[in-house]
Amino acid sequence: MQLTERHKEYWRKNLRITGILLAIWFVVTYVASFFARDLNNITIIGPLGFYMGAQGALIVYVLIIWYYAKYMNRLDQEYGVHEGEDE
Amino acid sequence: MATAATGQKAFYQQLKRYYSFYTGGFIAFIIFVAILEQLGVPAKILGYIFLFATIMLYAGIGFMSKTAEVSEYYVAGRRVPAVFNGMATGADWMSAASFIGMAGTLYASGYDGLAFIMGWTGGYVLVALMLAPYLRKFGQFTIPDFLGARYGGHLPRFIGILAAILVSFVYVVAQIYGVGLITSRFTGLEFGIGVFVGLAGILVCSFLGGMKAVTWTQVAQYIILIVAYLIPVIWLSVKHTGVPIPQITAYTTALPKVIELEKEFNNKDTPKGAAEESVRAIFRERAAAADAKLKALEAGGAAYLAEEKAKLEAKVAELKAANADPKAIEAAEKAVKDFPTDPAKAKEQWTKDKTAAAGKAGPVRSHAEAFPGKDEKAREVARKNFLVLVFCLMVGTAALPHILMRFYTTPSVREARRSVFWSLFFIFLLYFTAPALAILVKYEVYANLVGSSFAQLPAWVSNWAAVDKTLMAITDINKDGIVQLAEITIGTDLVVLATPEIAGLPYVISGLVAAGGLAAALSTADGLLLTIANALSHDLYYKMIDPNAPTTRRIAVSKGLLLAVALTAAYVTSLKPGDILFLVGAAFSLAASAFFPSLVLGVFWKRANKTGAVIGMIAGLGVCMYYMIQTYPFFGINAPKWWDINPIGAGIFGIPVGFLGVIIGSLLTPAPSKEIQELVDHVRYPNLEGDINTQAA
Repeated sequence: MQLTERHKEYWRKNLRITGILLAIWFVVTYVASFFARDLNNITIIGPLGFYMGAQGALIVYVLIIWYYAKYMNRLDQEYGVHEGEDE
Repeated sequence: MATAATGQKAFYQQLKRYYSFYTGGFIAFIIFVAILEQLGVPAKILGYIFLFATIMLYAGIGFMSKTAEVSEYYVAGRRVPAVFNGMATGADWMSAASFIGMAGTLYASGYDGLAFIMGWTGGYVLVALMLAPYLRKFGQFTIPDFLGARYGGHLPRFIGILAAILVSFVYVVAQIYGVGLITSRFTGLEFGIGVFVGLAGILVCSFLGGMKAVTWTQVAQYIILIVAYLIPVIWLSVKHTGVPIPQITAYTTALPKVIELEKEFNNKDTPKGAAEESVRAIFRERAAAADAKLKALEAGGAAYLAEEKAKLEAKVAELKAANADPKAIEAAEKAVKDFPTDPAKAKEQWTKDKTAAAGKAGPVRSHAEAFPGKDEKAREVARKNFLVLVFCLMVGTAALPHILMRFYTTPSVREARRSVFWSLFFIFLLYFTAPALAILVKYEVYANLVGSSFAQLPAWVSNWAAVDKTLMAITDINKDGIVQLAEITIGTDLVVLATPEIAGLPYVISGLVAAGGLAAALSTADGLLLTIANALSHDLYYKMIDPNAPTTRRIAVSKGLLLAVALTAAYVTSLKPGDILFLVGAAFSLAASAFFPSLVLGVFWKRANKTGAVIGMIAGLGVCMYYMIQTYPFFGINAPKWWDINPIGAGIFGIPVGFLGVIIGSLLTPAPSKEIQELVDHVRYPNLEGDINTQAA
């Protein structure tokens, strides 16, 4: 089994998207929670700091995973490493 | 290939049809029970109907899915479509604690409770990005399988087995406890019997069909639990605001009013604030009295205790001599009976009294305020612990073997990725509703219950106060005949259990909620028991002791172990061990420290080798356990905390130590063999030319 340049590029792209999405995850979780007291002074559907923890962050998590699945399933096709079956 | 794909598609269609029928049938069943209720069938009978009908249903699905095939038994034949695996994972994930306890925790602790909401959902981002697709490509049966293959040799697998059992066992005890609690509460059976009835429901299913039966039962359980959770909350939202979207109305309508009322309660110049203050003053006195008794006990010891008891006995005699009111005599006699027998017990009881009274003596905590504390330093510590807890819960989520195992069951890597999305989506439906429910119930209590008269308490209050004092206790402390907030004590479990009544729904919905809670506890217990039994039968027995064992014997061993583990867990549960919530939290920190570093580095760092993994797992788990034992009061050592971190967040020390262990251990020893490096490439790409095949049948 020999990995080609294209294979390596696929992996690099995977690492890049993983890194970007983890950065978003980190910001909505830890940065938002860290500043929760300050964010509570802003009101969007309730105090923002509270709202982020109760709903906002969760919505972002769902979107992150949805986007990752979509992106990677397309990347598999593009780089010819997809599994044989379906579509 | 083509036939397999069409087969899978037909299978998917068939599943959709089955579960649509099932959902319809379930709704028809609820309507049927509702009619029975209208006809005057007593609530207790309705409780039994719900309990036994749902357990029979799960047993039925288990029976229909019975199997003797290894891949069906361990990974449901690897043909579970993404959506259904998502529902099964959701049920597997959401335990009794999520279903019944979480909204209550949020009610009691406001913003601080959100650590669980974020931690238990955000962890799926780590599962999706760092583990699920790679584990699916690897495609064997258990998490120790991966450790064994990736790092080579029996040692990493063996440590994996031990950690998987430790983590899952701690967690399953909490689940069986929940099962016992729900069955005993809704049917009046004794707790111990409730545990074993529930256990029968768990066992029939996993015993007959392993992962296959558990998967299809969990899908059914998810449908029940989500319907049961959402109906009362939506109704409550309609009652308060006229809009059936609690996830929005709670924030736009109820929360501002709650915040306003909090301010009023804390302001002594308003009528409500003044009334609250009069109750708080009484609690302050009680706390001071308890404190005085504790000090006297410290000085006088057993002699003081005997003296106090003699005083109480003298009072009984005095009352009897004076022919006083029998009720007063009874109360005095009870005081003698309840008086602590030795200084240790006295200290425990009075300390408890003191903390309880002191808790009621302070102002109301603001629901939305993040990290409350008396000064800047206290707030800083609260914030630190909040962030640490979120981190440990997230990483722990991405390291719990019973969850990771579920991603072996999808047909492909592609489906595994989608399946994590569906899992989180289905979990999200409940988790983003829980904070809204807490706010709506709080609004009901603050706006309607507080200020009402003791002579005319709402029905749900008097009903629950009569059933269980730990869930709902209400006493007119300042004798003004009006309810003040400080006079109400609400147990965390009450919030979800009482919602149907608060919303004014008939008893059938309460039965439905109980069935939902039971579904949540049973489905999680199923997944956990299977994980433990598989670690023992597949990893320990088949892979390490007797690799030539025939299929039939492997499955027989697994079933035998399942039974043994279930009975052990039920026995441990019936002893009612300490703090259940701490046990659950501990499981996350332990799993995170033991598994996460070696699993993630196993995929993302080719250089990681056996020595590193062994050192990392032992060191991570070791540090985490050491810190818990040193600082958690239950163990009695109470060593000073490191950087003020609470014992539940021990993973914050275990996880980095685990990573360092893997990295340093690997760099000090030679790189792993070429075969193992090829294995890493194999899991990284869903499909490679001339690929090796690691998938077990």
